[in-house]
Amino acid sequence: MKKLRKTVFVIAGYNTVSFGSGRKEFHPKKPRPGLEHYVKEAGKGAIGQVNDVKNIDEGVIGNFMAARFNRQGNLPGFFPMIDESFLYKPATRVEGACASGGLALVFSIKTILADLADTVLSIGVEVQNTVKSIYGADILGGAGHYAGERKQGHAYFFPSKFSDRAGACFEKFGKDKVREAMSLWYVQAIKNARKNPKAQEYHNSIEDLYAAAMTPPNPKVFCEYINVYDCSKVSDGASALIFASEEGLKKLGVSKKDACEVVSFGQSEGDLTSPPPDLTKLDTSQRAVNLAYERAGLSSKDIGVAEVHDCFTISGLLSVEAAGFAEYGEGAEFVKAGKTNPDSEIPTNATGGLVGFGHYTGGTGVRQAVDLLHQLTGKAEDCQVKIDPNRPYGLMISMGGNDKTVAAMILKKAA
Amino acid sequence: MNLDERLENVSVLGAAGKMGSGIAVLIASEMAKLKIKNPDKLYRLNLIDVNEKVLDGLLAYIKAQITKVAEKSTVFLRSAYADRADLVENREIIDAFVYDAFSLLRPGTDLGAAKNSKVVFEAIIEDENIKAKVLTELNNLCSKDTFFLTNTSSIPIGFLDKRVELSGRLIGYHFYNPPVVQKLVEVITPSTANKELIEFSTELGKRLRKKLVPANDISGFIGNGHFMRDGLHAIGEVEKLKGEHSLPGGIYIMNRVSQDFLIRPMGIFQLIDYVGVDVFQCILNVMRTHLGDESLKSELIDRLVEKKVFGGQRPDGSQKDGFLKYEKNRPVAVYDIEKGEYIAIEENWKENLDSKIGDLPEGFNPWKKLLTDPKKGDKLSSYFENLKKADTLGAELARTYLARSKEIAKELVSSGVAKSEDDVNAVLTNGFYWLYGPINDYI
Repeated sequence: MKKLRKTVFVIAGYNTVSFGSGRKEFHPKKPRPGLEHYVKEAGKGAIGQVNDVKNIDEGVIGNFMAARFNRQGNLPGFFPMIDESFLYKPATRVEGACASGGLALVFSIKTILADLADTVLSIGVEVQNTVKSIYGADILGGAGHYAGERKQGHAYFFPSKFSDRAGACFEKFGKDKVREAMSLWYVQAIKNARKNPKAQEYHNSIEDLYAAAMTPPNPKVFCEYINVYDCSKVSDGASALIFASEEGLKKLGVSKKDACEVVSFGQSEGDLTSPPPDLTKLDTSQRAVNLAYERAGLSSKDIGVAEVHDCFTISGLLSVEAAGFAEYGEGAEFVKAGKTNPDSEIPTNATGGLVGFGHYTGGTGVRQAVDLLHQLTGKAEDCQVKIDPNRPYGLMISMGGNDKTVAAMILKKAA
Repeated sequence: MNLDERLENVSVLGAAGKMGSGIAVLIASEMAKLKIKNPDKLYRLNLIDVNEKVLDGLLAYIKAQITKVAEKSTVFLRSAYADRADLVENREIIDAFVYDAFSLLRPGTDLGAAKNSKVVFEAIIEDENIKAKVLTELNNLCSKDTFFLTNTSSIPIGFLDKRVELSGRLIGYHFYNPPVVQKLVEVITPSTANKELIEFSTELGKRLRKKLVPANDISGFIGNGHFMRDGLHAIGEVEKLKGEHSLPGGIYIMNRVSQDFLIRPMGIFQLIDYVGVDVFQCILNVMRTHLGDESLKSELIDRLVEKKVFGGQRPDGSQKDGFLKYEKNRPVAVYDIEKGEYIAIEENWKENLDSKIGDLPEGFNPWKKLLTDPKKGDKLSSYFENLKKADTLGAELARTYLARSKEIAKELVSSGVAKSEDDVNAVLTNGFYWLYGPINDYI
């Protein structure tokens, strides 16, 4: 399939605060809001932007591991809780590890393309602070191949997988250069997050961010090649937005000036049971992005703003390459040259990204789409970047596991 | 017998106390790690306490603490349990470790349980007669190569060794409260100490990842040698302040000056309460007797103990009322000994005293904030520069306090209690969590 068979719009984005350590109001021993709270806040935040919620046809919710973090399954049943008009309407939960949010977007788009609905409320949620991080690592480890790699794996399973990627990049491209770029990625993430009141790192007051980011790794308690600053944090939160066909947009009474158009999307799957073919490359992400470019007849040169899946600083660098902004092996130089900063060539993760904003795993893909929508429609407030009119497209990559399940999407402001 | 062999059978006396329970956690963790390595060997940790009832609470404490230990060492434990195919996730590995640690614990009230122990940690009440009695009993019970590590913080070790006739098998191994967290162990090696025991205690310290600071065998050693005199200085200042500000007022002022103006983790009276007013008195008594120093006495402390105002901590670590009354570990009232009741720290009362104390000098940062600040050295220097110049009651009291604390510390070196100024500073920074040692350039 080349072009999408009809125009799909995206509107009414809403993010909750990304809650967890780093937020001033967070205290690990105090009770916190649960899954219901976040689903409701995000859902209501989105439907509050349309004139009649009754005109929303169905719901899709992306979530990774509520069954373990919150001992809760059957998440589609939360839609009628958001608003009674969802009672007896179709709803679906989708899962693809940290790309669950991305899959929620894709599933919603497909539903509209299939003419099965004109409007879909798409939510992504994860509430992870229910367990200490050492146990959370077990739960998130489910994004890897349990039978094949968990027993041999590290206590902090995923950080160690990406630590290995960092190590491989150090070896292949030069340690100092890659390490410096990773640290600069952290600095950029925090600086951006400090402009975003909903970001988990909004209150971050570290004076010398770069020095903190250069903290030597301590493999005795954590990973060999990365430190804690290289990691996105444990987050609670949800995001929501609405997809609509042309007709759906009218039914919801939303003007095109507040909407983006889904230019294309790409989906790609790696083999969960095999290790990545090359640790220095996000090949599945690259495939998903290329599919999206092909469908749209675009290339990386057309992208003016981006949201990439920087679950770790090293994934930030590798994503920049997967997106085609930098050639293979040159992501570090690209980042070091400041080309992903808000006022530069391709502002990337301008609201903080996963490292700065936070990473409520199953909801992050939706959060990225919300932020892209806000950027392209000029609603990103203090995080707003200038978008080059010659490159009016926004790209996002939602990645699950060790580059296994990936959804990419390209948006532009609706004409 | 090497360290691993000695750790096959260990006893902790006073195991349910705050020091004993912490020592039990540290030793149980190490023994459990040995057990993973040598699954066929028999490991036993006897937890002995006179109070049967508190032993249940002890097990709950140990479970919670060992779980924390396991959570922090999961990277290591995953490799230690690599052969156990049934243990895959962190949760399973942590649970297995807690179970392994628990399986070697033997709680009870019978001293006879220590019979086969190669190492005995003594952490019972700070009373030399009781300590001597219990150690004598054990000396008759255990084999003649058993090592005894006493947690006394004031009684001279050589004196005790001689009295009990342990012939060099006793060493001072003074953990700080809480032993699980505090890095410091003050090691008091009497001249009589067995050479193998000295080596054992050094190796054990490394295994427990503790910072060992040597102190000479003079009553009070470094920690209490400083703390007692530091506390007495504050009490002396309160006596001077009470005329104008009342006794509770004086206590409030000195507590605040020591905490805020000196940027210490807690105020001096909160610290005395934390340790226990009765314990403070008891240590003063021991030191006064052994040192023959009559100045090591406080009428105020004696009166408080008479009124059964003891301070101390509950099993969960929360503070009991002493000089100050606590809610969620924060002082909310000050004891008025004349009236025998607590005076609430109300807004007006507090504001009035705070205005007399005066503003904190420029550049002040709370202790907690500086603790993790990589630039704390510079920040402390510039703050104390400003403290030197400040013309307030608080600053004046703080300067006198800094000078007295430095004097106490220097005397500990000149009188031979500490081997060096660095050792005194190491005890205060590691055992008392100070940001800076008492011997400094701030005054």
